[in-house]
Amino acid sequence: MTTPSRYWREIPQRYRGEANSCEKCKKKFFPPRLICPKCGNRDLAKAKIADKGKVLSFTIIRVPPSPFKDQAPYAVGIVELKDGVKIMGQIVECDFKDLKVGLPVKIEFRKMFKEGHSGILCYGYKFVPDS
Amino acid sequence: MEGIVGYGAYIPRNRIKVEEIAKVWGADAPSYKKGLMLEEKSVPSPDQDTITMSVEASKNALKRAGIDPIDIGAVYIGSESHPYAVKPSGTVLAEALGATPEVHTADFEFACKAGTEGMFVALNLVKSGAVKYGLGVGADTSQGAPGDALEYSAAAGAAAFVFGKKNVVAEVLDTYAYMTDTPDFWRREYEYYPQHGGRFTGEPAYFKHVTGAARGLMKKAGMKPQDFSYVIFHQPNGKFPFKAGRKLGFSKPQIEPGWLVNKLGNTYSGSSPLGLTSTLDIAKPGDHILLISYGSGAGSDGFILKVTSRIEDVRNLAPLTRDILDQNKNYLEYGEYAKFREKIRKAD
Ligand SMILES: [Zn+2]
Repeated sequence: MTTPSRYWREIPQRYRGEANSCEKCKKKFFPPRLICPKCGNRDLAKAKIADKGKVLSFTIIRVPPSPFKDQAPYAVGIVELKDGVKIMGQIVECDFKDLKVGLPVKIEFRKMFKEGHSGILCYGYKFVPDS
Repeated sequence: MEGIVGYGAYIPRNRIKVEEIAKVWGADAPSYKKGLMLEEKSVPSPDQDTITMSVEASKNALKRAGIDPIDIGAVYIGSESHPYAVKPSGTVLAEALGATPEVHTADFEFACKAGTEGMFVALNLVKSGAVKYGLGVGADTSQGAPGDALEYSAAAGAAAFVFGKKNVVAEVLDTYAYMTDTPDFWRREYEYYPQHGGRFTGEPAYFKHVTGAARGLMKKAGMKPQDFSYVIFHQPNGKFPFKAGRKLGFSKPQIEPGWLVNKLGNTYSGSSPLGLTSTLDIAKPGDHILLISYGSGAGSDGFILKVTSRIEDVRNLAPLTRDILDQNKNYLEYGEYAKFREKIRKAD
């Protein structure tokens, strides 16, 4: 069960891909970090993740956690975005037979799940084929 | 002069054909297709709603506007299918775009007219100087009761418009509103499907308000049908906009670029705003466009726009509406459609 407060804390990342970056190492972090793990820099700049990329790896979820039970079976993949950031997410609007490593995808804003009949609606990013 | 700085559209890729619905209810598909001038309609995926479509349409509008979203001072979504009964849709949209926290947000409702209401208020806040940019969105995931005539047309889509004073793609020369209390279509609290007055939705409702608004606005602006390159009327079915056009003296070629309903269905609050996006997609600098919405209850908003040369620079920065409508479609069978639209009662 996602509580409204936990969902709320992740809104900047889930809704608009808020990240940060170390200017010295030219590296972007998503979710944002407090300190650059490579050089220890604490003065990280605000950034946004790219909205397009390609599938690095994927799997089909047939026995999902309970908030996602109505969505099964669904595809989850690791996507390498154009800025090098690698993130995991659902891949939707794509027949499983068309899923492949290297498939170009883009981010779309979607409903992730509902908290039962009366709880909050949770929104965030998913991937769709970029035709 | 104030006007539209950027515009964007979003239509889900799922479609269902009139034949597929008709065969479930034993209805005669050819007579529905002819009567409604409708072939198929859009259907949202289970993870799409008024909020998600508003976000995607607004992102497209921002691509064309080329502004910093933090400068948006007002965000309004008009819809009759806001996902929450209590909790605004606009807060999610404003947050997803990065327009928070210095932004005024409200959700509008007025059947199919809610989209142009949001546009009307956003525009006038810009005009007054209260905000630098205002965003008005019309979006709906409309539901018709299973087997009802509305089920053939109730569709999903969104159109978004950023209003501002500089770098406009279309100036808004004049606006108008025309309304009366007319109970032609309604949905009571806690009811899942709307009800309508059948034939009563025609002459005393749609046609009276659409022609009343069009005539009133043209009189106010000192213009006549021949002065406009294009006109967009609300599109509850294929026939009504052409009939309204004939009554007013508009020709088919003026209506057709914004007439999407035969392949899209009635996207309610998104209907005439989406027609405006597809018209802006093909309009030339100097063209005058008349937009007349309609919402049951009942009323019409009117806008007169004049396209500027900036349209040529921004048009291709986001997907064209006809391309979204015609490409990458996914046809559903009635069972999948019923599941997607939560028309099937499941155990918890
Ligand atoms: Zn570093």
